[in-house]
Formats: sequence, C-alpha cells, structure tokens
Amino acid sequence: MTQALSNLFKLLSTEPYRLVLFLCGMMAFVGLNAAYLVWVERKGAARFQRRPGPTEVGWAGLLQPIADAAKLMSKQLIVPAGVDTTLFRVAPLLMMSPVLMSLAVIPWGENLAARNINVGLLMIFAFGSINVMAIMLGGWASRNKYAIISAARVVSQNVAYEIPMLLVVITMIMVTGTMNLNEIVQQQAGAFWHWNIFRVWVNPLMPVTFLIFYTCMLAETNRAPFDMAEAESELVAGAYTEYSGMGFGVFFMAEYANILLGCALGTVLFLGGWQSPIGVFSGVVWFLVKMYFLVFSVVWIRWTFPRTQFYGLLNLSWKILIPVSLLTLILSSGMIKLLKLFHA
Amino acid sequence: MKNSLKEIVTGFGSLVTGMKITLGQFFKPSVTVQYPHESLKMATRFRGHIELVRDPETGKPKCFACKLCERACPSDCITVDGAKLDGAKKKSVTEYMLDFTKCSLCGSCVEACRDGAIRFSREYNLASTSKEQFIMDLFKRLEVESQEAERLQATVNSQAPVPEANTAPPSTASAPPLSAVPAQPAALDSQPTAAAK
Repeated sequence: MTQALSNLFKLLSTEPYRLVLFLCGMMAFVGLNAAYLVWVERKGAARFQRRPGPTEVGWAGLLQPIADAAKLMSKQLIVPAGVDTTLFRVAPLLMMSPVLMSLAVIPWGENLAARNINVGLLMIFAFGSINVMAIMLGGWASRNKYAIISAARVVSQNVAYEIPMLLVVITMIMVTGTMNLNEIVQQQAGAFWHWNIFRVWVNPLMPVTFLIFYTCMLAETNRAPFDMAEAESELVAGAYTEYSGMGFGVFFMAEYANILLGCALGTVLFLGGWQSPIGVFSGVVWFLVKMYFLVFSVVWIRWTFPRTQFYGLLNLSWKILIPVSLLTLILSSGMIKLLKLFHA
Repeated sequence: MKNSLKEIVTGFGSLVTGMKITLGQFFKPSVTVQYPHESLKMATRFRGHIELVRDPETGKPKCFACKLCERACPSDCITVDGAKLDGAKKKSVTEYMLDFTKCSLCGSCVEACRDGAIRFSREYNLASTSKEQFIMDLFKRLEVESQEAERLQATVNSQAPVPEANTAPPSTASAPPLSAVPAQPAALDSQPTAAAK
C-alpha cells in the first residue's frame, strides 16, 4: 500500500501536478488537523480532569469541530472603527500561511515530501519567524491597548525562546552535517538507538537538547505553561481581543497548525522521522505515530502545569535554556572535533 | 552553580512527578454524572418535600389523619383530611395536600408526626414552568407508588432479577421506584451543551 502510494507520488512528481497536489493535500491535512486537534485538546483536557468531554455532537463528540467551525464561519466578522483595516485582515492569513509553506519541506515518508530542498531546516525557521510578526501586526492593527500589550508580550517571549531554539538547531546541524530534513531522517536509520535523541556518543547531553527544543517549541507556539499571550483566565484573548468569527478562527487554527509543525520538526530532528523504532517497516505511519505522541504530550503538559509568570518564563529562557543550549553546542562541537581527530 | 544545577534537576524531577500523576488520572474512569440523562442518588438524610409513608403490610398509608402536622406547619402548607372507614379502629387519611410553593422545608411536620407516617422524600428534580405543579397531592402520589410496588413485586415473583433503572429515585425495598407524579424535571429538553470556543 505504502509502496503503491509512493509510486503514485513519483508519477505525479512532475512540476505543476506536484505543486497543486501539495497545496490541496497540505491545506486539507492542516485544516483537518487544526480542527481535530481542538477536539483532541478538549477530550484530553476532559480525560485529565476525569470528565467525559464533548459527547453530544456526533459519536464521542467527533462532529464538535465541524459544529464549531460552522459557528465561527456564520459569525459576523467585526472590523472595529479606527483599526488598520488591511493589516487587521491580513494578520490571520500571515499567521497561517508560513505554517503551510514550512510543511512543504517536512519529509512525511521516504519519498513523501513536497520539496526535498537542501536548506529545509533553514526555510522552516525563516518562515517560523513570520508568525510572531503576524501576531504583532494583529495586535497593533486592532487599535486596542490590551491587544498591543499582549502582542508585545508575545514578541518578547518569542525572541527569548528563539535563541535557545536556534542554538539547539545549530547543534543539530553540526551533528548531522546537513540542513536537508530527509537526509537527517535517513541518518537515523536502524532501530531507535540510532535516533538523534539517543546519539550520546556525539553529545552526552542529547536528551537534554531534545528537552530544550521541546520547551522552546511550547513557548514559540504560545502553549501552556507559557501561554501568557493568550491567558484565557486572565486576558480576554490576548492579541486577538478584537478578532471575531473566522478571523479569530484562523488565528486559532494557525496555533494548532504551529503545534503540528513544531511536533513534526521535533520528530524529524530527534525522533527519527519516518524511521521505524524497531528497524523494519519504516514509513509514514511511524512519522504520524511519533508526531501525534508529541502532540498528545503537548496537551498533557497543558493540563498538568500551571501557567508560569512572565519573569519566570524569561528567567527560564535566559538563565537556564540559553546557557545549557550553549553548553551542548560547545560540547558537541568539541566531541565532533575529537571524533574527527580519532578517525583521521 | 552547584545549587542552581541541583535546582534544575529537582525541578525537572517534580515536573515529571506531576506528569505521572496527571497521566494516572487520564486512565481512570470519568466521574461525571451526565445530569439530564442520569442523576445522583440522594443521601438518606436529604430533605426534599415530605411524602407519606406506606405501611408495608397493608399497602395503605400509615397516616391516620391526626392533623398534628397540619397544626405544626408554620406556613400552612399542609391540608389533611381523614375519615373513619367501616370496621377500622382508627381514622385513615383520605386527602393529603402539600402546597410546596409555601413550604420552607423546616421539617416541623415530620418532627410532629407521632407515628412516623410522613418523611422527607429524596426527590430533587423539582423544576417546573407552572406553579400548580407544586400543589402536590401526596395521597395520590402514594397510591401510584403502591401500584408501582405491586407491579414490581409481581415481576420479582415471576422472574428473579429485575434490573433497577439507574435514573430511578432512591427508595427502600418496600417502596420501590416511583417516577415523580407532580414534578417532572422541566430541564429535560434543554440539555447543557459544552460551550464551544
């Protein structure tokens, strides 16, 4: 089945088809995921609190996301007086589209990637920085002081966490020696001890590196316990205060799409992508299993830990994550040098 | 340096402990009672509106219309009427009206009753759109209860295990379930739906 699918994709890999296929496929995938991650979130939240969660719409509440989407779409899109109309409308799109573009380079399976480009990792981080700007624009265009303050908080949070994230990614680039995501996955072939997270002979702190990456991913996607930007219990909706209907809906979906992207990237960089943990039957299934496990752990963390305070968040980044990620960077560069000396 | 390293390690340990606990809760069964579909059994000391107690031997109410409760009631909720039937030693109750709109559930009537002929029911699904629903005929209520009991007894005799409905209000073995005569929960048609974000 997987073989047949990959053959089909080879057949359709000529240029225009491939682009259209990717666009349709990714938009459907991201849309469905964003919608159903909300369901996963609510159901997960309920299970962690020993409630049943959504049960009324469809079996086990499975039609709930569709009902939510219908509700959001049928609502009026209010554009308040005095806002920067263009920016106000563009901001949600600006948040959503980088995610779609970044997903172009994620290798879902051995031959299942829209673009297998050599600087895939760089591209993801280049696009990843746009959505911070989108939130900033959304907050600023709203002409609402609370939205602006909240947007400023998002920016300072994201700047603080971009640094350890990028330090970790530089470590990974040094360890793997490539920015091509498919190659990174191919290097992790074999069983699970070949995955980058367990590559302790290059860097004994590799699991710690993964944890730093994961923490930064949570902070970058504004997830609990780092969700000061959109603290439901304290602020109205943070930077999205003035957004209604599908404007808010797109922001909301983009957040889940970002989580998906972060988890996919974590899977590729550390958990061996589409490689099987037992060394056989590698394929897209393993990728999805690993990615959704990470997504589940994001929900798990949200319903376990209380929200940090803002200085706690910045302290964690500047006093712990950045020094430790610098340490792993130096350590792994030293180890790589030593290994090269031994081989030479 | 040493201290802060220690703090990082112990802090991480406590995070892991927290996640273990929540994962433990994740796999435990849910404790929610889906209210309109199912309801909780009230504790035996729950003080609902009063009801007549059935004499398990005769199947008739224990009450003999002494009207002590009527007199004890500070807000005149209770109207009792009784008559002496042929051949009976005592009077027996023929009418027992409770105006629940005025009742403050003070319990003076239950306290005043010498024979334990009235008690608090454990009915709490008392929502209605009309006031008339709360002028309850407790005598009629008990008659319905008796009929239900007899029917249930008959089924018990004919076939051994009778599954007791989950939604039934609690009752003793002698006075089995009775779907409330006066008060139908009005909330049934408006099921609570989880607020969508």
